[in-house]
Amino acid sequence: MKKLSARRRHPLAAVVVLLLALAATGGLYAAFAPAGKAQADETAQSLAIDEGKKLYSVGCASCHGSGGQGTTDGPSLVGVGSAAVDFQVGTGRMPAQQPGAQVPKKKVIYNQAEIDQLAAYVASLGAGPITPTESQVDPAGADVAKGGDLFRNNCAQCHNFTGKGGALTNGKYAPDLEGVSPKHIYEAMQTGPQSMPSFPDSTMPEQEKKDIIAYIETVNGDESESPGGLALGGLGPVSEGLFGWIFGLGGLIAIAVWVAAHTAKAKKS
Amino acid sequence: MSSQQIPEENLPVVQDTAHGAVEGAGDPFADPGLPAHRPRIQDIDERAARRSERAVAFMFTLSMLATIGFIASYVIFPVDKIVYIWPLGHVSALNFSLGMTLGLALFLIGTGAVHWARTLMSDVEVADDRHAIEAEPEVKAKVMADFAAGAKESAIGRRKLIRNTMFGALALVPLSGVVLLRDLGPLPEKKLRSTLWAKGKLLVNMNTMEPLRPEDVVVGSLTFAMPEGLEEDAHDFQTQIAKAALMIIRIEPENIKDKREREWAHEGIVAFSKICTHVGCPISLYEQQTHHVLCPCHQSTFDLSDGARVIFGPAGHALPQLRIGVNSEGNLEALGDFEEPVGPAFWERG
Amino acid sequence: MSTATETQRKAPAGERVADWADGRLGIYGLAKANMRKIFPDHWSFMLGEICLYSFIIIILTGVYLTLFFNPSMNEVVYHGSYEPMNGIRMSAAYASTLDISFDVRGGLLVRQIHHWAAIIFLAGMFVHMFRVFFTGAYRKPREINWLFGFLLFVLGMFTGFTGYSLPDDLLSGTGVRFTQGAILSMPIVGTYISMFLFGGEFPGTDIISRFYSIHILLLPGIMLGLVVGHLILVFFHKHTQFAGPGKTNKNVVGMPLLPVYMAKAGGFFFLVFGFIAILSAIATINPIWALGPYRPDQVSTGAQPDWYMGFAEGFVRVMPGWEINLWGHTLVLGVLIPLVLFGLVLGALALYPFIESWITGDKREHHILDRPRNAPTRTGLGVAWVTIYFVMLIGGGNDIWATHFHLSLNAISWFVRIAFFVGPVLAFVVTRRICLGLQRRDKEKVLHGRESGTIKRLPHGEFVEIHEPLSPAQLHTLTAHEQYKPVEIGPTVDENGVERKPSALQKLRARLSQSYFGEDNQIAKPTAEEYKEITSGHGHH
Repeated sequence: MKKLSARRRHPLAAVVVLLLALAATGGLYAAFAPAGKAQADETAQSLAIDEGKKLYSVGCASCHGSGGQGTTDGPSLVGVGSAAVDFQVGTGRMPAQQPGAQVPKKKVIYNQAEIDQLAAYVASLGAGPITPTESQVDPAGADVAKGGDLFRNNCAQCHNFTGKGGALTNGKYAPDLEGVSPKHIYEAMQTGPQSMPSFPDSTMPEQEKKDIIAYIETVNGDESESPGGLALGGLGPVSEGLFGWIFGLGGLIAIAVWVAAHTAKAKKS
Repeated sequence: MSSQQIPEENLPVVQDTAHGAVEGAGDPFADPGLPAHRPRIQDIDERAARRSERAVAFMFTLSMLATIGFIASYVIFPVDKIVYIWPLGHVSALNFSLGMTLGLALFLIGTGAVHWARTLMSDVEVADDRHAIEAEPEVKAKVMADFAAGAKESAIGRRKLIRNTMFGALALVPLSGVVLLRDLGPLPEKKLRSTLWAKGKLLVNMNTMEPLRPEDVVVGSLTFAMPEGLEEDAHDFQTQIAKAALMIIRIEPENIKDKREREWAHEGIVAFSKICTHVGCPISLYEQQTHHVLCPCHQSTFDLSDGARVIFGPAGHALPQLRIGVNSEGNLEALGDFEEPVGPAFWERG
Repeated sequence: MSTATETQRKAPAGERVADWADGRLGIYGLAKANMRKIFPDHWSFMLGEICLYSFIIIILTGVYLTLFFNPSMNEVVYHGSYEPMNGIRMSAAYASTLDISFDVRGGLLVRQIHHWAAIIFLAGMFVHMFRVFFTGAYRKPREINWLFGFLLFVLGMFTGFTGYSLPDDLLSGTGVRFTQGAILSMPIVGTYISMFLFGGEFPGTDIISRFYSIHILLLPGIMLGLVVGHLILVFFHKHTQFAGPGKTNKNVVGMPLLPVYMAKAGGFFFLVFGFIAILSAIATINPIWALGPYRPDQVSTGAQPDWYMGFAEGFVRVMPGWEINLWGHTLVLGVLIPLVLFGLVLGALALYPFIESWITGDKREHHILDRPRNAPTRTGLGVAWVTIYFVMLIGGGNDIWATHFHLSLNAISWFVRIAFFVGPVLAFVVTRRICLGLQRRDKEKVLHGRESGTIKRLPHGEFVEIHEPLSPAQLHTLTAHEQYKPVEIGPTVDENGVERKPSALQKLRARLSQSYFGEDNQIAKPTAEEYKEITSGHGHH
């Protein structure tokens, strides 16, 4: 970041600026173009709901009831909104496979188009949180430090300092947040899946959610820095203690064995 | 208690002589004595010894190079340079290079010295005699006599007044040190019994720093609140928030099992102390499906739908609840302070 | 005499310096006794060296860290080079630790060496202590040195605790909060001690600077004294040794301090330092920048202390929440009992040498080490203690075990509660049986020789395995251990027909002695007669 000013005079700077300008134009087009087609959306929307209903009756109705009213095996989906569907199905949690303390993340079964159709159908059952748009969840420009503070206030108690996850009661757990897409993090905060409480916009505005996403991306992503070396899982003293005992003391004892051992004798007498 | 009560035959036979062959019931097989020294290859082959010498010198030389490498790394790498090193990850170039070079420089001195000792210094084992730690009886007698003479000359046994007053003085003088510790802190008084909450104080959302309104808090959500008027830059912010932090949730009133909890809530919005009653960790692992809240420090679990009573773990009593209502502007407000001390239990809590 | 002039003329510079020092310090007298002092060679005798060297490393790096660390709880707004903390309000202590990690070149390395060395120091002391325990090296004349070592371990725990609390980060602050809660649980004095320690209500603004002076001055000062005393006693008593040919209770066999031990022990210091430096280059410890500054209303899951406080944490976690309210006072048993247990469990370890010597009534010096198998009851008790310790370590990290082994947190807590009672008993019984089995095997080996693995066919068709007889040295080594006979209360009626009533203490002692050295609790050593009978009468295979 600091070096931006120095690089401004680089011969390739002009090319970079040009590329950025092109990308920005394209992005702007992509952002504005669909707006023009708003009228056509209504029919597309009802089509999606129909398709979603078909998918729903095959994959979801057995637990959640034919009209989403819920059964003993699954909660009512009336009013959970499209965001909940996008999160649950988009992370593979739904459809659930087996009963357990908690439904885990697994391989995603539906493609995004199908998920959108399912979401459209469930959303039509009752108003609820809406799947966020890309710009809503984009962490670019968000305040990472503020996000960290918010994260420690609202999230770290379950998900650990840097989102490595942690235990809840009776086998339930808060999952590791590494590799979870910004959209799914956003949806989880909005809808409160399973044990997790929700953090609706009324108490945690959209910008704060972005800040939190930016913080998670910074400290718990593929590119996250660990200046001191191996992060040991980012779990704190338990893994540090194990490492210290096994590799630290273990290594030193191996060295001690070498130091104290008798040197090989010339030959057996 | 003393050894006199143990008959001698209960003790094992002592190995008494140094290299002696004691053959008896206690030690059936004679000590054959120290085995003869067998030479190492370096003891008999000068070429092998040379090789060892070169190896040691090589290690010391490498150590010197590593120290030069340490200085070079210190100069070359900027303090904020991050590099990717498999399998460590994205690590500080400076930390890695300084640590490795310093480590090698030290480690190679060690391997050099130990290799030297193991291969080139004499490895003949030597036996050294131990000497009794206890004094000879005549030494002890002399010491006792000296002590008796000294004690007699001081007349400490005869002049009891001096002795007793001296003991008194010596016993009292450390008290000054104890007294000096008094100003380490104030007396507890009633400090642990009250928090910043008072009637009419608004509940401020700690995310937005805006007063909370009932419609903001939906069922299944979790919000943290602090009392209006507490500023983050206040000098006693940490001390105040350590007692005043609140956890706000909403439960459908018909799902609240505890009558008092329902009465102290506002339309199902309940405010509990965020400070665990066990040893004071901020408890807030709220499971919205069961309304259980878990403490991450020692796993005390409270049921927020039943007066926050303890259902698991080491906490001894329920989380205190703050009585809340709505003011004329539609904001949530406290209807008073907590009725019991928040946080860990203590002797005077009652 | 002419020697004085001769020395002035001939002596090299080194000798002249030594002469000068001798005239003032008497160093030749010291050197005469110690320069060629003999040290036995065994890897397990170097565990203490690991501790000593990591202690030195901790002091060296600690001094460096004090040059940059600011032990103040004044609130500052951070604007240093660690971007994810930019603009965050924190204490000056936390900010200066960030500066050490990100702005002082090599500061991060020194911090990590300091902390890794502390982890290894404590782990080393633990293992060293149990080497001493299981070999019976704490017996007379070394009981005081056992206590010195024990105190070093306990003080090391608290030095470590005050040290990792200094950065005032969210994790360690949670630990300090726990300490305050634990202090509050003490009857009558709890609130007063808490107010005095923290300079008022928690967290106040004093605790970091108070911990600082405890961490860098008070505790290390005491520890340094104890370390010196510990070492002086090691020199004074001379090192213990394992039984073997030529090794007796009255000698010590090994190599001289100068040169071999000087090179090996000196070299080992560099090996330890180098190894820990490399460890600190490749593995992060306590990344306080990821933890955030302490706020009493924030917390993270996985809130654990460093490993050496883990067993205390275990007690606290699995304890049921008992609380007694009577006459307007609260007795917080849920916190108080773990605190008391913490002291009792450690105290039992400290007192064990004295208990054992009371049971055996043995007041002789012991310089030959026991093999653990030859003291089955002691070994069993030691393993039982270690079992409690590690069960509680599991309890102290129950949330991490839960997530990483997909178990229920509550189930682990229940397991630990039960294992606290069942585990040590089971460990004791199993260990003693194993020890007795090994004793039997040793006896077998002495009487029948080592199984060579060579199978021979006898003329009448029977297959037998050839047993090689042991060498005299091996025979001696395997039978050199001492065996006590259990103490008996003796006749309850003395020779004059007067009834003598044994005291309860005497009875207890006889019972304990029986359980240590009774017929079923140790295997009688093979006698020379048995050996002769077998080797002569039984043919030669």
